[in-house]
Amino acid sequence: MTTLRIEGLSKLFGTFKALDDVSLEIPDGKFVCLLGPSGCGKTTLLRVIAGLETPSAGRVFVGGADQTLVPTHKRGMGMVFQSLALFPHLDVADNITYPLAIRGVDKATRRARAEELLDLVRLPGLGARRVHQLSGGQRQRVAIARGLSINPQVFLLDEPLSALDASLREHMQIELRQIQQSLGVTTVVVTHDQKEALTMADLVIVMKDGVIQQAGAPMEIYHNPANAFVAGFIGTTNLLPCEINAGAISVLGHSLAAADGDRIAVSRGPASLSVRPEHVLLGAPEEGLRAEVTFVRDLGESRHVLMRAGDQDITAHLPPGGALRVAPGDTVGVSFRPGERVVVQ
Amino acid sequence: MTDMPSQTAAPRWLGLWPAAMLTLFFLAPFGIMLAVSVAHRDVSGFYEWGFEWDSYARFLSVFFAKVMAVSLSVSLAAAAICVLLGFPFTVFLSAMGHTAQTRILVVLLSVLALSEVIIGFSLSTLLSQTAGIGNLFHWLGLIPEPRAYTPSLFALIAGLCYIGFPFAVLVLYPPVSRLDPELIEAARVMGASGPRAFFGVIIPNLRGAIVGAFILVFVFTLGSYLLPQLLGRSEHWTLSVHITDQAIYQSNLPFAAAMSVFLMLVALALVGLASLAGRERGAA
Ligand SMILES: Nc1ncnc2c1ncn2[C@@H]1O[C@H](COP(=O)(O)OP(=O)(O)OP(=O)(O)O)[C@@H](O)[C@H]1O
Ligand SMILES: [Mg+2]
Repeated sequence: MTTLRIEGLSKLFGTFKALDDVSLEIPDGKFVCLLGPSGCGKTTLLRVIAGLETPSAGRVFVGGADQTLVPTHKRGMGMVFQSLALFPHLDVADNITYPLAIRGVDKATRRARAEELLDLVRLPGLGARRVHQLSGGQRQRVAIARGLSINPQVFLLDEPLSALDASLREHMQIELRQIQQSLGVTTVVVTHDQKEALTMADLVIVMKDGVIQQAGAPMEIYHNPANAFVAGFIGTTNLLPCEINAGAISVLGHSLAAADGDRIAVSRGPASLSVRPEHVLLGAPEEGLRAEVTFVRDLGESRHVLMRAGDQDITAHLPPGGALRVAPGDTVGVSFRPGERVVVQ
Repeated sequence: MTDMPSQTAAPRWLGLWPAAMLTLFFLAPFGIMLAVSVAHRDVSGFYEWGFEWDSYARFLSVFFAKVMAVSLSVSLAAAAICVLLGFPFTVFLSAMGHTAQTRILVVLLSVLALSEVIIGFSLSTLLSQTAGIGNLFHWLGLIPEPRAYTPSLFALIAGLCYIGFPFAVLVLYPPVSRLDPELIEAARVMGASGPRAFFGVIIPNLRGAIVGAFILVFVFTLGSYLLPQLLGRSEHWTLSVHITDQAIYQSNLPFAAAMSVFLMLVALALVGLASLAGRERGAA
């Protein structure tokens, strides 16, 4: 069992708090994405787990053993760095089996293991190449193979796919997830791309300013964000200021009765209403909030209608082929699908 | 289409410029030196053009073989010491803060402004019996009597290292500071201890720079002719000293030229060997 547990972790750089009382538990074999805007402390958290930074407070447990003060090279973790950090002076096979060479594994075994891992990352026969003779995506795979060569208890990746173009990136996300599932290794991936997190993760951890905002399954976070930051960060959403009073949501001068399935985390007072664009419904002006259409973007698979109501922007994603015809300048009536309304602080 | 590159690139005749410079400042003097080395010595003071191997033959003696050996070993030792000290120094330097790095580099550069004469005389004072460091050791009770540390092989190599060290650091600094720190962290995560990462990752990745620094200090100190006279005993006189001696005091230019040709060939051979060793195996 290699559960990764973090308790009350803080990290100060001078007086700057890069991590603030971070606690989390990652069950054995789970794929976790650390998600958050730039500078929120994702890399710092990963480096503390790897032992590359000493925490100012808190503990790191791997499989129940306290690893907080164990030096990096004795932790036996696999890691893929943002720069990949492949060794230019070694060929691909020697790069992949470097951790084994350090542990005194003999050459024949290392060769065999390199072959095995190259097959796993679908680069068979490239062991003799130099790193500079590989494409970006191939390097990525070599780095992943190297991180996995000792069958690590914990596999850490810092934005491993950020250097790839969009299509290769999507492909690698799926591949990384499949490799992880076939090996069952507890994996933590840093990303600031929410789509990437939703594609790969069992568990998504959203951070902001060194504090965990929410940890949960991707769809739970998507449908049930803990606060306005998470709602805005995961997927696209409409965030509107509202007022809660006796179970009714008052937004932009309209009062909506809470319906079954609406998630209202605030009992009364000012809050934020989050509605996904696909749950914004358009109708005749008298059927809801009056809004003026400012832009229509037809993408074939869906139609995006951008609107302005009062001082707020609202976006609706309509399915293709809908009967409703709107053009910029039209006035429409906006309503929010009952049961899909989320009210957060 | 095929004409496009020549319009944007520098005109072709510009390529002749390095060639002209090389001819003017290297090949021509070297040709003169070769010619003089086979010229006939005129005992009255100069030389007559001619062709004879006498000067080379004179050089092929046990005495000059020893001088050659001394020259090479002194320079090799200085180069080795400079690289051995300079490499870890540069690694630590590049890990420092930006301002600290700049200050230390400025101090190092200012050493380059000192002439060999100043360095030689300062060191011979510093290592002398009357005013030198021996007095400090005596005062500290480390040695019974103040003593001189110059002239000696130690003083000579210390002087050469003083000159060579900044060059070594300046050659090493750019590649060392460009080395991705994540390479070392990656090695650490994968189980390498500090020394193991240093020898297994840092050194192999900077082999070219290390060899470059070594060659530069070696060649540079090989040409030093003042320090051996100021800081060394006569048995430490290097070939450069003898060349100066023959050319200026003995007025035997053909012999000086022959020795220079020899020194150059040996130095070239060593530099070639070193750069072969420094070349990354299998790299394009
Ligand atoms: N060595 C350091 N010294 C001082 N401050 C640091 C250091 N490392 C990180 N920080 C600060 O800590 C904060 C978190 O940094 P971190 O690298 O963890 O961010 P991140 O979430 O990985 O961001 P990104 O997505 O841009 O990589 C940042 O504000 C950064 O400036
Ligand atoms: Mg980062």
